[in-house]
Amino acid sequence: MHIPDGYLGPHTYIAFWIIMIPIWYYAGKKLTAELKSKQVPLLALSAAFSFVLMMFNVPVPGGSTGHAVGGGIIAIVIGPWAALIAISVTLVLQALIFGDGGITAIATNCFNMGVVVPFVAYYAYKLISGNSAIKSSTRVIAAAIAGWLSLTMAALFAGFELGIQPILEHTAEGVPLYMPYTLSVTVPAMVLEHALAFSILEAVVTAIIFAYIQRTDASVFYGEKSEVEMNKMKMGVAI
Amino acid sequence: MDELTRNLAIGLVLLIIIAPIGLIASGTAYGEWASDELKEKVGYVPPGLEELSSIWNPPMKDYNIPNGPSFEDSKPVASVGYILSAVIGAIVGGGLLYFIGKKVAKD
Repeated sequence: MHIPDGYLGPHTYIAFWIIMIPIWYYAGKKLTAELKSKQVPLLALSAAFSFVLMMFNVPVPGGSTGHAVGGGIIAIVIGPWAALIAISVTLVLQALIFGDGGITAIATNCFNMGVVVPFVAYYAYKLISGNSAIKSSTRVIAAAIAGWLSLTMAALFAGFELGIQPILEHTAEGVPLYMPYTLSVTVPAMVLEHALAFSILEAVVTAIIFAYIQRTDASVFYGEKSEVEMNKMKMGVAI
Repeated sequence: MDELTRNLAIGLVLLIIIAPIGLIASGTAYGEWASDELKEKVGYVPPGLEELSSIWNPPMKDYNIPNGPSFEDSKPVASVGYILSAVIGAIVGGGLLYFIGKKVAKD
């Protein structure tokens, strides 16, 4: 899902820089306002974990490969805004040092993996979990579904961004300047290989880490402490 | 460091050690083909892609030591390069966020 330099034309990659700059700015403000000392090691671990997890390439029939991102579990643990920053840092390093993902495409890749993945995962997890107990198995399933859905949605976005290139960028004769395949090819290709393979890996990784943290110290999950405090406040009002 | 953080960090170190497993899959991810691979698929290299694809020359291309051999050419060297890349990524990324986090965090 790391779109390289040359696959997106300037209309697309410049648009994503314009979209991402205010998002990064806002995420930085959110992080500064919300981050607690206790979360700092987890924030650092999140970036490192996402970096390493993305190195586990998995083959699929047809010769393609892919990987999980870990953005879902990161969002559930440190919150979607902090996850956005952790994954963005990872993607910038991958592009600059290792050539994984283009430098022109940094903002686009940060949108797909740093915005779509954590936000879809976090809200899917919240929605499916509902009022279930923090230690319930419902939440493990919610985390797994959130992981699967988040990476599949990001694949849909990446497929769309790639597939609109022949429409946006071509020579006077109609020869594509960048990604040559159209939407009818790119969207099914990206969505299917993720939905049937890489997103399943993402779901498994999300569920395993979620279940481990749930059993060890469920109070670290993003927003959980404040909910406990809110319950205490509600009880106080009732009394 | 509390128990949870320590165990997650141990898990991360184990992942780094086994990272070369990720090298076994030899194919290229969809839409990340090199120019010659794309030429095999569609018969030409789109002119804009050709121009833009070499805009950046990363020091450790493909998670390998500079100018290191491919996994097919030398599995041990490529594996060491891969682990080294994972260590650098984890330390630089994690370190940067630890530093920033410590500066902005409140209690």
